Amino acid sequence: MLDVLTGFVGELRAAGLPVSMTEAVDAAEAVHHIPLEDRDALKYALAATLVKSSAHWKAFETAFEIYFALRTPHHGADEEGRADGEAEDAGEEQGEQPTGPGTGRGRGGGAGEAMSAEELAEMLFRALLSANDAQVAALARQAVTRYAGMEPGRPVGGTYYLYRTLRNLDLDGMLRRLLETARREAGGNLTALEERLARDEFQVRLDKLRRELEDEIRRRLVADRGSEALARSVRKPLPEDVDFMHATREELTALRRAIHPLTRKLAVRLARKRRHGRKGPLDFRSTVRHSLSTGGVPVDPKFRYPRPAKPEIFVVADISGSVASFARFTLHLVYAISSQFSKVRSFVFIDGIDEVTRFFEGVDDVAEALHRINTEADVVWVDGHSDYGHAFNVFWERWAEEITPRTSILLLGDARNNYHASQAWVVQEMRHRARHVYWLNPEPRAYWGTGDSILGEYAVHCDAVYECRNLRQLELFVSELA
Amino acid sequence: MTGPDDRIGPLGFPDPGPARFSSVTDARHRLAESGYLADDGIAGVVHLADRLAKPVLVEGPAGTGKTELAKSVARVTGSRLIRLQCYEGLDESKALYEWNYKKQLLRIQAQQLVDEPAGVGSDGTAAAGGAGGQAGATWRTLEEDIFSEEFLLTRPLLEAIRTTDPVVLLVDEVDRVELETEALLLEVLSEYQVSIPELGTIRAERIPMVFLTSNNTRELSEALKRRCLYLHLDYPSLERERDIVRTRVPGITEELADQVARIVRSLRTLELKKYPSVSETLDWARTLVVLGVESIDAEQAKATLHVLLKYRSDLERAAKELQVADQATPSS
Repeated sequence: MLDVLTGFVGELRAAGLPVSMTEAVDAAEAVHHIPLEDRDALKYALAATLVKSSAHWKAFETAFEIYFALRTPHHGADEEGRADGEAEDAGEEQGEQPTGPGTGRGRGGGAGEAMSAEELAEMLFRALLSANDAQVAALARQAVTRYAGMEPGRPVGGTYYLYRTLRNLDLDGMLRRLLETARREAGGNLTALEERLARDEFQVRLDKLRRELEDEIRRRLVADRGSEALARSVRKPLPEDVDFMHATREELTALRRAIHPLTRKLAVRLARKRRHGRKGPLDFRSTVRHSLSTGGVPVDPKFRYPRPAKPEIFVVADISGSVASFARFTLHLVYAISSQFSKVRSFVFIDGIDEVTRFFEGVDDVAEALHRINTEADVVWVDGHSDYGHAFNVFWERWAEEITPRTSILLLGDARNNYHASQAWVVQEMRHRARHVYWLNPEPRAYWGTGDSILGEYAVHCDAVYECRNLRQLELFVSELA
Repeated sequence: MTGPDDRIGPLGFPDPGPARFSSVTDARHRLAESGYLADDGIAGVVHLADRLAKPVLVEGPAGTGKTELAKSVARVTGSRLIRLQCYEGLDESKALYEWNYKKQLLRIQAQQLVDEPAGVGSDGTAAAGGAGGQAGATWRTLEEDIFSEEFLLTRPLLEAIRTTDPVVLLVDEVDRVELETEALLLEVLSEYQVSIPELGTIRAERIPMVFLTSNNTRELSEALKRRCLYLHLDYPSLERERDIVRTRVPGITEELADQVARIVRSLRTLELKKYPSVSETLDWARTLVVLGVESIDAEQAKATLHVLLKYRSDLERAAKELQVADQATPSS
């Protein structure tokens, strides 16, 4: 057990979780106090001692599923199923699946012998409709055997197998069918509210099926290649380290959820910083004034607190496809802490440029404003491919007068200009007029200046250029800005 | 007081004393009896906290029952709940202990009254030399006297350590204190003792169960997290929320409870500024029961959604998404 635990802690550390020595000892001690055959208890005991942040839960769960997938006697039943799967992988693809005798979920599996694709879909449909979890799980195993086409020894993380299985199962179609059935059962007049609730309910069941599939695939992969190897290939970055440019839809959802608490924390921290910056020179007048109450003895020296002026922010963001989500997150973050700035104005461009400050005014829902930017802002001039030169040119003509020495300008984009003219003089002029000009680039540093990226031409005129590939870097930059 | 050696178990863990819960299931059942429906994770952590004699750091969105958990554990174990509400500017004298200086002053003045008649009565110059030694001695006894436990005002943390009856200590919203103030808690949390320079170290007679709650407005320090077990309380699952509604709202029908839980779950899948919390769900269920609603239709949902959602933009979005705003189809 201790060996497994050490390996597990090592894996958590490799995944980026800060697990200290004492926490590992705690975990070892905690294991004494729980019944080892109870896998859930083990999971919660380890989570309570090793994971100290909710953002890290997902990474912990993945690692746990891999390390403690099959080693407990509790899961003997699955081991049989896995042996079947392996035999099948080696043999023919459409082979029959002999069910493990006495697995308890044998029913679904037993009926699955030489089952056609339609029958499988039909059974799955019925299991989902009646929310029969055990049967769904059994059918999920069937589906993986049939569709995933797993090859032993291939060093992949399982996403590919999952994709193949899901493509064959057609979950969207399944959801439609489930809804139709629900409608029929209700006698044809389901109110909008009821329909919505039914859809959410079925969505939850489908998500559960999806998780079953993932688990099943992972179980087979562990059996095939061992925990350590698999753990390495499925290791995923923590939410704050996810790359903006390559985030999947799921990861973007996770990021959107993560950004809300983050902005709150940032705002609290900045407000505190402003209040607690006590590094002023001695305020002689005030000290003498206060010394009167102690008979002229300056017991309590008073200091002049610096009151830094709140900066004014202009955000000029490229919102063309490749960098759109980056611009979105930056705008979200800047507006969420806009109380730290005296004024925030935002401009978005692709090859035309438009001011979008109006969308944020009087709206307390930043997400809604961002949505309106995507649909309403006038940012296409000719062909809808990024043209930084033209956009900057227009920006300068229309808004140059409004840049003051208190303004900080943030330019967001990857500077991939599709070989148009750079018009870098605009950035140079901006810098003369504004307090600071920063460029934030969501691309890795190594790619700057390659291909049609002309960041170098702009960079020489900026105060600084930052790489902002993930939330962590973005947060760091914004907290320094305010 | 016990020596340091017999209190330390193997691996340097403090001896937790007799177990409060015999097993995870026991913890869950007893919590359920007192009206707190814990899932396996919660019950497991509570059980472990008791066995390992470690504090529990409970984090999660507002209104998911963090404080309630501590209260329930106190109820179940028959302990007194000692609560320390944290706020910005909390300091030692509010959290740990303070000397009752008014009483100390009184004591000193009383001493002077006793001494003075003697001083006046004897010859002024002769007494000065002899009184030096005597005054030194009285001063020492006086000092020992005024820095004794009689003049100590205990604050929640010290109180939890010093009492002999079983207690549960709740440090509420620990993320509100400054990072530096957190350090105040560390000695109490890891050693269950408080050091008072004038008195020495006071150790816990019986190790209390400690719960810290945090709304996650800032990252807590590593040192604090390391000393605690971590429990993240998220919004409950559909089944658990339904059960909570049924246990906490008297007179609610099963069907209505189910509907309430399902609508709330749907709301939580939307992108809202503030998600409805469990306590708001309960408020909503109570509202519906008071209004005599048997089954929620669009109109009633629209009329009462403001109990669940506290922002105008959230209300609008929810109404739009649940399609309760623009149509009036009668429910089937």
